[in-house]
Amino acid sequence: MYKSSILKSKIFTLLRICAVFLTLTAFSIPAFSQEEHAEHAEGAEKKFEPSEVILEHIADSHSLHLWGETSLPLPVVLYTDKGLEVFSSAHFEHGHADYTGKYYTYRLINDKVNIVGENNTVAESSSIIKWNSNLTDLSITRNVVSMWMSIAFLLIIFFSVSSAYKKRQGKAPKGLQSFIEPLILFVRDDIARPNIGYKYQRYMPLLLTVFFFIWINNLIGLVPFFPGGANLTGNIAVTLVLSVITLIVVNLNGNKHYWKHIFIPADVPVWIWPLWWVIELVGIISRPFALMIRLFANITAGHIIVLSLISLIFVFKSVGIAPVSVAFVVFMDVLELLVAALQAFIFTLLTALFIGTAIEEHHH
Amino acid sequence: MFGSIAALGAGLAVIGAGIGIGQIGGKAVEGIARQPEAASKIQTAMIIAAALVEGAALFGVVVSFLGLK
Repeated sequence: MYKSSILKSKIFTLLRICAVFLTLTAFSIPAFSQEEHAEHAEGAEKKFEPSEVILEHIADSHSLHLWGETSLPLPVVLYTDKGLEVFSSAHFEHGHADYTGKYYTYRLINDKVNIVGENNTVAESSSIIKWNSNLTDLSITRNVVSMWMSIAFLLIIFFSVSSAYKKRQGKAPKGLQSFIEPLILFVRDDIARPNIGYKYQRYMPLLLTVFFFIWINNLIGLVPFFPGGANLTGNIAVTLVLSVITLIVVNLNGNKHYWKHIFIPADVPVWIWPLWWVIELVGIISRPFALMIRLFANITAGHIIVLSLISLIFVFKSVGIAPVSVAFVVFMDVLELLVAALQAFIFTLLTALFIGTAIEEHHH
Repeated sequence: MFGSIAALGAGLAVIGAGIGIGQIGGKAVEGIARQPEAASKIQTAMIIAAALVEGAALFGVVVSFLGLK
């Protein structure tokens, strides 16, 4: 089958970039095999805890799991109140050892970096729920590496498509171009134009970025081995940022009628106004919030289902379950392909809808 | 008692999703049967509505995650 040379060279470029990522993130410590833990040495009768294994696969981690027992430790970057600390997560030995850095001693508890003080007291690093001024975890974790790789992938695809358009002015699209063009036209004609109206051009970059970013990351998350396997769009922090972007764009672009409708509604008695403000403000926040939860829950639920079906094999401790299990998993993965595209489409569609309601002209 | 209340809550949320998407699917199929030319429009609307209903049900599932120990 004929593969265009543009596509071939893009694949090689992507492979080179994967290799560069592998070497860069190794931080001069080469990949090593996981040491045998004490539990394993006691005998192979440690009970298989499916919920533990599943949650470990869903959550972020400080090392890239390559194959079998081999994993690549990723740099831990901590911003403490005394300064920046950078070291390899190999020092933590998967949570079994403390690491004494320049400023504090650190321990990995539940995959979160904590500061160990005197008398063995621990203080967690900051999270969305709790702010710790001593420690902010900015590590390069598995999700960050996966996001950089998907960003590189997206940039390669779209720069090559745009340069192909420049080189082939006035000629029919060829190769990767003809694959991407219907998708871009789909976003423009079925998502942007009907919902935003005649000013849709301004918002096309945002909608295209959101659509392809979410789709590509969903797809990469479905792949179980190396370049994939990081549950990026199932990480609530990532979907939070995407929905905050929507919140900012919608409210910064709201025109006079949008804000008038929220703060000075017509045909509503004045004594209701405080209640109206509460309801409308909650509405402003809850719409992007729903976007965030919808994407996070759909993708995470899909991964959990696939992982649960595979862990059935281990729970029943028999290979006989494997054909049934794998058949179900294949079916669920095909469904997940649909969900990956659908969630990207829904997110983009709702963003376009919200932008449309914000910039709508007044017509009564 | 096996399992946890959180798992029970998630199961109840999924009942809602099942009923909702079942209704959407049924009405969509009826619509296509009445007017086969509009099949692709009806299908698109069905998929969008199903994703939104599923989003609502998954809110319940997410809250049950919060109840996990």
